[in-house]
Amino acid sequence: MSEQEALFRYTLRMGDNSLVLGHRNSEWCGHGPVLEEDIAQANIALDLIGQARNYLTYAGEVEAKFRPSALPTGQAGPLRTEDDLAYLRGEREYINVQLVELPKGDYARTIVRSFLFDAFHLPLQQALTTSKDERLKGIAEKAVKEVTYHLRHSSEWLVRFGDGTEESHRRAQEALDDLWRYTGELFTPDEAEEVLAKAGIAPKLADVKQEWSATVDRVLKEATLKRPADGWMASGGKKGIHTEHLGPMLAEMQTLQRSYPGVEW
Amino acid sequence: MKASAPSEHSVGSVNAAEIERLLESVKDPEIPVISIRELGVLRGVKVENGAVEVTITPTYSGCPAMDFMRMEVERTLKQAGIGNFQVKQVLSPAWTTDWISDSGRKKLLDFGIAPPPHSADIRALKGGSPAIACPHCGSTETEMLSQFGSTACKALYRCKACKEPFDLFKCH
Repeated sequence: MSEQEALFRYTLRMGDNSLVLGHRNSEWCGHGPVLEEDIAQANIALDLIGQARNYLTYAGEVEAKFRPSALPTGQAGPLRTEDDLAYLRGEREYINVQLVELPKGDYARTIVRSFLFDAFHLPLQQALTTSKDERLKGIAEKAVKEVTYHLRHSSEWLVRFGDGTEESHRRAQEALDDLWRYTGELFTPDEAEEVLAKAGIAPKLADVKQEWSATVDRVLKEATLKRPADGWMASGGKKGIHTEHLGPMLAEMQTLQRSYPGVEW
Repeated sequence: MKASAPSEHSVGSVNAAEIERLLESVKDPEIPVISIRELGVLRGVKVENGAVEVTITPTYSGCPAMDFMRMEVERTLKQAGIGNFQVKQVLSPAWTTDWISDSGRKKLLDFGIAPPPHSADIRALKGGSPAIACPHCGSTETEMLSQFGSTACKALYRCKACKEPFDLFKCH
């Protein structure tokens, strides 16, 4: 795989992860358990969707360079825009990890999922601030500040649930046991991630995992929750193979562009 | 909105300082007392051979006001008769609340928003015990209600002295 193609797949995945999780978080808008959390989830979703815009815009530009055949009738343009990539790709063309596409569940489940992702996302973005790719570096410099707040938010709520009532503890532990199998995929590199790690453009996922693991241990201890044992791990998202939940989510997210192609307002 | 036709006379004679003064009228739509220059969103104005380049940077990746501020910059330039311009958006170096000018901080306070702590104090903020003064009564007996407030850049606080809630512009 050429470095350009790897960069395309990498930026596309970063965009997909942020977009899909952002969409899931936005489902709390108007349904939050308390007003402050309703607003918090909407804000976090906005950050993630903003990051997705940066990544998908870049992915379209990279793609136009390495795969001119993807462009209509061999013209020099137009390239695929952020909107084309978000609204006009099918389920199998999305390459996000499966963790982010799962339904939001109850608030404990939403918080556990966010925590497991944020604890991975922060060291990843921190590492990308030293990327040899200027564009990825610039996006990360911006994102790292936002993700710092995300991790702080999900950690605090995880402690509140874990170290709260019997009921909140039970629900948080159940969500953790259930979602654990989706964490393996975060750290299993695909070819694009390996090519970019060698080129100094993206970090080695093994290094990110060390920091993730330390954060997970520290917060779970404070939350009096038990770290599940590593067992069978789900995978496939990075190749476009998803759980049954992504399709319906995309159908809802894309319905306007699918029903009225090219509509603007 | 109809932009006035570019005037040949003004284009050749503008300089960067004049354009910066002109753009002083472009405000943050969420905080209409503070200009994009005071906010630190306006990063620079260059004039070369009569071509104007305005550089702006977003406060947050997903700031929904960014497109609006860009449109306002374009509209303001067109109205002043400047036709040859480009508005460029950059991410790096990343915007920080330290770029909010002193006059901007004062205006935030007068508007009822506590200005952000300087980033040197960010550790204190993350530790959860910053001394944030209430913009209404000045008391530092305040508490955070939520890290996420009415917009992405604000946190929600409450003053224990005067009992009023208020927004804090988050340190970023």
